[in-house]
Amino acid sequence: MKRKMSPTMKKAWIRFAILVLLTLIFVFFALFASVLAPFDPLESHYADMLKPPNSTYLFGTDQLGRDLFSRILYGGKSSLLIAFAVTAIISTVGILIGAIAGFTGGFFDNVLMRFSDMLMAFPGYIFTIALVSFIGIGLPNMILAMSLTGWTYYARISRSLVLSVKNNVYIEQARLGGASRIRILLYYIIPNVLPSLLVNIFQDIGGKLLTISGLSLLGLGSPPPAPEWGFMLSEGKNYMYSAPWMLIFPGLVILVSVVIFNLLGDCIQDLMNPKENVW
Amino acid sequence: MQNKEKLLEVFHVSKVFPVKKQQLRAVSGVSFSISRGEILGIVGESGCGKSTLAKILVGSLPASEGKMILNGEDYTQLNGKEKRKFRRNIQMVFQDPLSSFSPRMKIGTYLCEPRRNYDGISKKEAMKEAEELLEKVGLPKEFVLRYPHELSGGQLQRVAIARAIAIQPALLICDEATGALDVSIQNQIARLLVELIEEQNMGCIFIGHDLALVRSVTQRIAVMYLGRIVELLDSEHLEQKCCHPYTKALLNSVFDVYCNQEAEIHLLEGDPPSPLQVQNGCAFASRCPRCREKCLSSVPELKRVEERHLAACFYPEG
Repeated sequence: MKRKMSPTMKKAWIRFAILVLLTLIFVFFALFASVLAPFDPLESHYADMLKPPNSTYLFGTDQLGRDLFSRILYGGKSSLLIAFAVTAIISTVGILIGAIAGFTGGFFDNVLMRFSDMLMAFPGYIFTIALVSFIGIGLPNMILAMSLTGWTYYARISRSLVLSVKNNVYIEQARLGGASRIRILLYYIIPNVLPSLLVNIFQDIGGKLLTISGLSLLGLGSPPPAPEWGFMLSEGKNYMYSAPWMLIFPGLVILVSVVIFNLLGDCIQDLMNPKENVW
Repeated sequence: MQNKEKLLEVFHVSKVFPVKKQQLRAVSGVSFSISRGEILGIVGESGCGKSTLAKILVGSLPASEGKMILNGEDYTQLNGKEKRKFRRNIQMVFQDPLSSFSPRMKIGTYLCEPRRNYDGISKKEAMKEAEELLEKVGLPKEFVLRYPHELSGGQLQRVAIARAIAIQPALLICDEATGALDVSIQNQIARLLVELIEEQNMGCIFIGHDLALVRSVTQRIAVMYLGRIVELLDSEHLEQKCCHPYTKALLNSVFDVYCNQEAEIHLLEGDPPSPLQVQNGCAFASRCPRCREKCLSSVPELKRVEERHLAACFYPEG
């Protein structure tokens, strides 16, 4: 009893496949950086400083003669790892807190939402910067700081989505059908709320990549010799005129990866819509 | 009506909503009873408390006062687990078909829910039953794989009815179940309901504002006005025997194909009084052509006019 797919839906699936492929390529390069990289990202070739892209150094070299291609691969590893980890943590925690607050209401709702108001009163970026400089730079600290400031966003969205769904007639109907509170939350509310959230989650991965790049641009990422896209940008800006590839390539990978995750988010929204009116 | 035992008895049920510092009496002192296999119609204009009454009966809203007894069991005060278990006895079909379906749940899953939740049967079994249910309400069983938006309003309402009867409730409440449908479909759905109710020998409360339709479906009709039942009588004698001025006015406002187009239509003047104000007299007094002094000072009780006919009026028209 297979039913035919509409052409718009087909198009969305194709788009989705392409984007997933691109994402996988990125993840693949990040995961196997140590195998794929032609050089050690920290190794200096003093004879080949500031070389433009050529057959040996695919993306050229930096001011210390380090291979930019290898550095970008290794940088991708930490950037993607942090972005995925942070997004996974804050979306799970935020969605759960928000959904429970929205569904139960009352005291719990008030306490949680006032607390998140408090956190939101600070500008997120500055708060993250302050936290990182307070607890010290480094990978785990960065994840911690970004998680502490990021979850409120998800809590807000999921709470308001749950509120808009929970007074629907079909929730009443579910109750008449004997569904328990947990079942209503899991079978009736979450499925109707999750698609809109998934879009946010995937777009947020892109956003988090930017934040990471921004933080490391400011020198708040992993400590200096370690490769990181944002920090490479910040090093490159000093050689903007003599060696523009030092800016172009890290900038390009940041741009492309952010765009891919944003598009992926959009695409998922289209696919999750059962009404099939894709564009 | 095979056996005359009382299925549902409702005694003086009221619902008061606090609105700022005032009190809104949505339903006040409603009493009636239904026997097995009987369809009771409730009619009245918008805002007269029909839907609130339905919600109280089904247990979604607690009643402020009164008592409700189903099959001899008082379920007014049930709570928690017991309430959830009791819910299987009273099922409801809502007005807007589309909004009573979760947009991301397939029809099959939707139909499985009550049996899985109440009786804990396996998904496979429930699916088989779902297909049978669909055929029972005149839909192809392939619909189990469809999403709600792929069905028409009439089809959805059939599915909603199928779900409601899946666990064989004792009482079915249709809250304007045909209100959002085309006239031709309304008739089909109404006929389907009558058939099923007869077959399963349940009781049914059929709420609507289309007097003609309600009369054709039901055995008895209760007319509500501002939270009270003002007249309760057999549907077949509605036209000849009704004696409350509000029922008369409602009947006068029914159009049908053969109605005399030249005849003047008697419209009720004004709006019903606000349910926020406490009235001394009859709620209908301000719009009643037969209003006298007594009507302004005291509230008429629902009294027996003749056999199987109650009315709340001091000066019922003959």
